[in-house]
Amino acid sequence: MATFGVLALLIALALAAYNLLAGTVALRLLATGQPARISPERLADTARRAGIAGFIAVSGAAFALVWSVFANDFSIAYIMEHSNRALPAPYKFAALWSGQEGSLLLWAWLLGAYGFVLRLRHHTDVKLYAYAGTILAAVQLFFLAIVNFAAPPFALTQGAIPEDGFGLNALLQYPEMVIHPPMLYLGYVGFSVPFAFALAALMMRYPGEKWIKITRVWTLATWLFLTCGIFLGMHWAYAVLGWGGYWGWDPVENASFMPWLTGTAFMHSVMMQERKGMMKSWNVWLIFCTFLLTLLGTLLTRAGLVSSVHAFAQSSIGTWFVVFMGIVLAVCIFTYILQRSHLKAEHHLESLVSRESSFLFNNLVLLTACFVILWGTLFPVLSEYVQGSKVTVGAPFYNRVAVPIGLFLLFLTGVGPLLPWRATSLRAIRRNFILPTIALWATVIVCLAVGVRPWSAAPDGGFDVGSFYALIGFALSASVFTAIVSEFLRGAAVIAKQTRRNLLSSIYVLTRRNTRRYGGYIIHIGVVIVIVGLSGAAFNKNVEKELALHDKMSVGPYTLECVGFTQDSNANYNSEFAMLDVYSGGRKQFQMTPEKRVYLASQQPQTMVAVHSVPGWDLYVVYEGTNPDTGQPIIKAFLNPLVGWLWAGVVLMVVGTLVALVPSLRPSTAALKVSGVRTAPAEPALHSADQERSMGALKGGD
Amino acid sequence: MQTRTRFSVLKWIQAAALAVAVCFTMGASDAGLRFNDLGHRLMCTCGCAQLLGECNHVGCTESGRERAELSAAIASGLSDKDVLDTFARKYGATVLAAPSTQGFNLVAWIAPFAVFLAALLGTILLVRHWSVGRTQQVAETHTPEMDALRERIRRETDAANGGFQR
Repeated sequence: MATFGVLALLIALALAAYNLLAGTVALRLLATGQPARISPERLADTARRAGIAGFIAVSGAAFALVWSVFANDFSIAYIMEHSNRALPAPYKFAALWSGQEGSLLLWAWLLGAYGFVLRLRHHTDVKLYAYAGTILAAVQLFFLAIVNFAAPPFALTQGAIPEDGFGLNALLQYPEMVIHPPMLYLGYVGFSVPFAFALAALMMRYPGEKWIKITRVWTLATWLFLTCGIFLGMHWAYAVLGWGGYWGWDPVENASFMPWLTGTAFMHSVMMQERKGMMKSWNVWLIFCTFLLTLLGTLLTRAGLVSSVHAFAQSSIGTWFVVFMGIVLAVCIFTYILQRSHLKAEHHLESLVSRESSFLFNNLVLLTACFVILWGTLFPVLSEYVQGSKVTVGAPFYNRVAVPIGLFLLFLTGVGPLLPWRATSLRAIRRNFILPTIALWATVIVCLAVGVRPWSAAPDGGFDVGSFYALIGFALSASVFTAIVSEFLRGAAVIAKQTRRNLLSSIYVLTRRNTRRYGGYIIHIGVVIVIVGLSGAAFNKNVEKELALHDKMSVGPYTLECVGFTQDSNANYNSEFAMLDVYSGGRKQFQMTPEKRVYLASQQPQTMVAVHSVPGWDLYVVYEGTNPDTGQPIIKAFLNPLVGWLWAGVVLMVVGTLVALVPSLRPSTAALKVSGVRTAPAEPALHSADQERSMGALKGGD
Repeated sequence: MQTRTRFSVLKWIQAAALAVAVCFTMGASDAGLRFNDLGHRLMCTCGCAQLLGECNHVGCTESGRERAELSAAIASGLSDKDVLDTFARKYGATVLAAPSTQGFNLVAWIAPFAVFLAALLGTILLVRHWSVGRTQQVAETHTPEMDALRERIRRETDAANGGFQR
């Protein structure tokens, strides 16, 4: 199988090289109109077919690696290092991306799959797809060159072939690990497609904004995968690492978050390009930067530039990525300089208080957040270069710098939808903002009443920054939630009035008529719920205690009583766990069994956290091991408020994205004539947000 | 009137700046509860990249010793700064979870806000520039020539409509 895999990778490399070369020649001939022995159209089609065949070849290589894992073929070094005979089947499958070489092969395969779909859909616009396909082939060539020469997954084991492998990293033996990396990679790799289209459109001076419409589904789907990947990673960190948190501002976490931020900015600002022909250069650079950040993320994970908990994937292929990023950046700058006249804006902003302006500020904040994270991630490297010594940039830095920026972004999330396009009047602002403002202050009063008082929340009775941010977070969340819900209700009321449907049905129709706008609003509600969940972290509590049999410990409303310890073992690991009865209000509620495992093949220990989740909080219990002096187990219990909201918010974000991906229904205009709504007033710049909303509810639009 | 408004805005800005400064400078100071606070300003040195106060991974060889040293340092009456300096001298600057606010490290704290403010200012100026440009464009359409042209079109349109007014 190793030989088959190597051969498949070599064929894929040759096909990618042909795709790039033939595609470039064909497009050059088409652009210059030079005569040639073969028609450029036919040559471009052979390049396209080579791309399709390349995907089949990479699939063959990926299949060979998975087959080898299941066949326990330890003659392949990668299999020996990342698998063992007793490894359960799902984790054997996960071995494909648990190490350097396999994850790069997965990257190449996913890129091939995206390219495969793209090339099959070339009839949409043959020339644009030919350009995009050729650019994708260049990216594919880079990754295939790495897996062929720098990090070959089919390299053979040196010396005698062992009876069993070293096993999978203990941290990775968790259900989320079977889906978190592929999701993240689908997100990372997926941004290659909008990047390819943006560069292609710029190279060929593609007229209009059609390329944005073509890539909208790609971008949204990619963003969805990246979102899922990031949150699955958070859940994995929460359930496996056992420190009671889900986001540690680790460089690799940051690396996945940066393209998410620029991708989010891109999805907002393209709406201005589609609607107003504005921000063309900005959008092109946003997607260029997003793609470059995905490469930087991969570089950070693998090159060991900065220390990270993801150190298992480190190696020396960083130079390859630095060179490739340099080439990509040079190509982007060169193409932009050459074609920048094509990106001239058709309109400019007219008012500081308008939807366009809110998009602009939203972009500004998202990019500042991205810069802060990039700055914090790379500052240790910069510090070493300037001062000769590294420094650590950890959670305290980000909590102080990034949290205020995040809150400002949340504020804009609420303000944006309330502002009409072009400009607005003071009266409209007052009318639209009154409810959200009431919700904001009502939440502040409720929070203060239930005891969220930052000025006395610190352990010493002093001012607590975390509680202060949480209070702002709750208040802004309530305000934004009210703003979005009232948007839904206003639109639904118009439809209910005209079609005599009930409110729920009207909301459904409203959403179906403009899935993009209302899907986006659902995503915003999801973000608000996530922020509420994040704000809860300011009130985390934890207790650590050595528990003998029938000893008790208390955290929040719960009392935990140790009722036993036991051990278990199977072919993959030995485990010991504590059995804890949990009491609340004097009655036994349930039992928790936090666990510690030692994996036999790798001899790596691992905690398995016990979590009891209710909407208000999570009871999170960790078996930390035994005290070597007394032999008694040490239990750490956390009460983490509102963590469940985080996961619920993500589900809503996913639902919203799926809604936005569904094509909108065209309304039957005869049934939807609204007497109070007139089109094309003499001075449309000052029409009210309500009027625009009514029009939007009936006609569609962003 | 304008001066009064400007003064009022200035006062609000000053109050907001003061509030932000208070938020960023205040923190736990009670000696009995400093362990938790300082534990979250120091890193575990075993290479796990976790905060000392949160490092609990099985088999960590460093966090227990560091925690004991932190407790001893607090008990000996050292100030927060002295505790952090002692750790930094012993383990190197990487033991501090965030850069200090001295020398080049200050840049780490200033740069994000500087970039944000510069970008914000740039955006506001750009939008203002665009809106002013548009106002001028609109104003230019009210020249005597344009007004005469409009009047002629109106007359011709009315004539074509048989004298009906719109």
